Amino acid sequence: MRFNFVFGLTLVTIVVLGAIFAPLLAPFHPIMDADLMSSQLPPDGVHLMGTDNQGRDVLSRVLYGARVSLMVGVVSQIINSTIGAALGISAGYFGGRWDDFVNGLTNVMLAIPSLVFALAIMAVLGPGLPSLLIALGLTNWSWTCRIARSSTLSLKSQSFVLAAKSAGFGDWNIMRTQILPNIVGPLLVIGTLGIGSAVLAEAALSFLGIGIRPPTPSWGNMLTDARELLRSAPWAAIFPGLAIFATVLGFNLLGDGLRDMLDPHMRTARGDAGAARA
Amino acid sequence: MSNPDPLLSVRDLRVKLGRHGAHILHGISLDILPGETYGLVGESGSGKSVTGLSIMGLLKRPLNVAGGSIHYQDQNLLKLSRRARRDLRGDRIAMIFQEPMTALNPVVSIGNQIAEMFVIHRGMGWTEARLRAVEALDSVQVPSPAERARAYPHQLSGGMRQRVMIAIALACRPDLLIADEPTTALDVTVQAGVLKLIHELCTAEGTAVLLVSHDLGVIANMCQRVGVMDRGRLIEEQDTAALFSNPLHPYTRGLLAARPRLGSRVEGGRKRLTELDEIVPDGARGHDAPTLVTPRGRREARVAA
Amino acid sequence: MTASPLLEIRDLSVHFPLPRTSMFQPRETLRAVDHVSLTLNEGECLSIVGESGCGKSTTALAVMGLQEPTVGRILYRGKPLNGPGAPSRKDRARIAQMVFQDPFASLNPRISIGRMLMAQLALHDLAKGSEARDRVAEMLTRVGLSPDHASRFPHEFSGGQRQRIGIARALMLDPRILVLDEPLSALDVSIQAQIINLLMELQERLKLSYIMISHDLSVVEHVSDRVAVMYFGRVVEEGGWKSVFATPTHPYTRRLIDSVPDMDAVLSDRRQLPPAAPVPSGARFAPDITHRPDPRAPADASGLVEIGAGHRVRLAMQGMT
Repeated sequence: MRFNFVFGLTLVTIVVLGAIFAPLLAPFHPIMDADLMSSQLPPDGVHLMGTDNQGRDVLSRVLYGARVSLMVGVVSQIINSTIGAALGISAGYFGGRWDDFVNGLTNVMLAIPSLVFALAIMAVLGPGLPSLLIALGLTNWSWTCRIARSSTLSLKSQSFVLAAKSAGFGDWNIMRTQILPNIVGPLLVIGTLGIGSAVLAEAALSFLGIGIRPPTPSWGNMLTDARELLRSAPWAAIFPGLAIFATVLGFNLLGDGLRDMLDPHMRTARGDAGAARA
Repeated sequence: MSNPDPLLSVRDLRVKLGRHGAHILHGISLDILPGETYGLVGESGSGKSVTGLSIMGLLKRPLNVAGGSIHYQDQNLLKLSRRARRDLRGDRIAMIFQEPMTALNPVVSIGNQIAEMFVIHRGMGWTEARLRAVEALDSVQVPSPAERARAYPHQLSGGMRQRVMIAIALACRPDLLIADEPTTALDVTVQAGVLKLIHELCTAEGTAVLLVSHDLGVIANMCQRVGVMDRGRLIEEQDTAALFSNPLHPYTRGLLAARPRLGSRVEGGRKRLTELDEIVPDGARGHDAPTLVTPRGRREARVAA
Repeated sequence: MTASPLLEIRDLSVHFPLPRTSMFQPRETLRAVDHVSLTLNEGECLSIVGESGCGKSTTALAVMGLQEPTVGRILYRGKPLNGPGAPSRKDRARIAQMVFQDPFASLNPRISIGRMLMAQLALHDLAKGSEARDRVAEMLTRVGLSPDHASRFPHEFSGGQRQRIGIARALMLDPRILVLDEPLSALDVSIQAQIINLLMELQERLKLSYIMISHDLSVVEHVSDRVAVMYFGRVVEEGGWKSVFATPTHPYTRRLIDSVPDMDAVLSDRRQLPPAAPVPSGARFAPDITHRPDPRAPADASGLVEIGAGHRVRLAMQGMT
């Protein structure tokens, strides 16, 4: 459990550092250094991950691709978390018709495959990074919303929330200062897991040719390009694939680890011996 | 009345939190005589529930028995195999808990939950066991028992659920019933009925009761003898009448004084209640207080110095 | 009786819709509180006693504005606290505050004690900066804690200390009324005594008025000026502590008092239940406690009838020609 968390954190850290320092780490330029003479070279001392069919260095493109993939993952998940938390907390807190509406919307969202929905949004907005962020940011908030709503439902009848109301605090203030801090833990966990799935979704959309447009490298469109080379130059597909795998695995382990650490039952009792109470 | 042999005899029972952790029970010694009702009273954290659970063999990790013995009919319960212990549990020694909702299985009808006791411990067939279950429900004064046997726990009120728990516990006519705060979750008028029921059934069957409670009123009404616990130690043990009229340990005196008594208020203003630490100086409740429980014969008082 | 009461609950009812049992049945309602009228005089401790589900907590929440009444008025010094002309949540906070039952659930685990108390002062523009800190320190001292407890979080306190913090929070805005919702039932006996003493001392020192919700009759008798007994949403008996406990008259009140397991019982066998006060001949008690009243049924014709000075008991109307 502890090991998983550390392992996940390590994977994520490597990917993040690779993305940040891509210009320093990449031996070649991911787009400009195309050289048809050196296309489809297997991994060697110069090209550690080989080259693709246009002779571009796969390692450099994986490093630059990490920037795109991580940015899409993190930004779209921030949008998702914000929407989900706002809808979930307000639905749970106010109840009534607003709650019914949000519940219905959540169920509809859960019923539509999110990738198909994202595809539809992309079809309307056209390809490109901004529309990808919007498409992925609008389609994956249902779980966040559900968790936020159910946590709020149990929190709002707690007497500290009633006490805040009695003291005259407004509803907005109570949601922000009393409820949100108490559900930040689970939201963080879902958010982390969501980054992993957003990275996958980006890869899938780019693979389908409607995500990040070439020549900008993303792990998804690198896979698309490498599709025809699976026999002649498998490294062009393996390394971006491994990068996706490692990133998603890393975020998932991180999320699981966070959940365990933030779970109050797993926390050791501080001060009073809670377990000793007769 | 000569001293009969005790039904259950606990000697120097020690319970720890974790293998190397702190002591939760610092050597408890007490005897329960056949057919008597023994009250164990104390505040939260005193170890009274842990004592009950240890006798039952239901301590949950990280709590573990670190020493001492629990003798029941010449056998040390702590030395028995898990299997032997399990056979004893529910059959010879039964237990009822504070919250009957969590102690009952929500997806099994109450009739079947009682019948299960006969099937497991008496080897009966289900048909006969179900008939006996209805009788058992009748004996705990559940109205229209044949119909109620088909009900599920959530369909019953708290008082009815606790009656069902009692029916399950007493199904096999055990020698000892451990009742851990059996009425704490119940309303006071319901509590009166449930306590009366426990008292009547156990007196009729000669079942001894270990009643664990924080409520001195309940203890006073139910028990022949009382042990007072404070932070893992038995600090006083007396006959009930003697304990309430002449408490020996300062902590017991403090507990009795801290509670307002119904009908005690007199005209003209409200009185301050006596607080525990006005009677027991902090030092006397220190953690290294010696556990000098002196067994000078069973019917006498025992007080921790 | 001549001065206008501090707080007046007039004909309060709170009904909750019950889930439909069948699609074709009309929706039934649960009458959690049914035509309850109570008054609280300045400096008084009014206790509402009864068992779970009798509506005593719902009444308290209605007084606090945390539960909207279905019908009825709640007046503070003659001005309405609910419905048209009601004060804002913020203004109302200066009138009444609440101390909650569970000292573990009543404090936000993520907020330090000092921050929680200072946020109230800031919201109501009462004090800022070092002045606010001083007032928090003063309040903590007043409830028997130490000023440096302000930087700590709820989990660092014991149950009794948390209840002191709950009291400090309730007093921070200097309200006139404190609603105490089972303030002792989650605490150990020895801690209960400390909290009762603290509450009595604060009431006298700060000239507070209390509404105490409780099921613990011993404590109620010890601290109350007046007592109202609730049973299935209704007040069945009401009066000064002395007359209710010396002459409990409604059968439910009598059963309640008789059910209290008494420490003295072991010494003098069974405590004698005090005699009932005489009621008009031919009158029936309502609700009839030999049958469990259906809380969904509409109110029958019954009323509180005066049987002694300020001592009233609910009797069925038809029996009273």
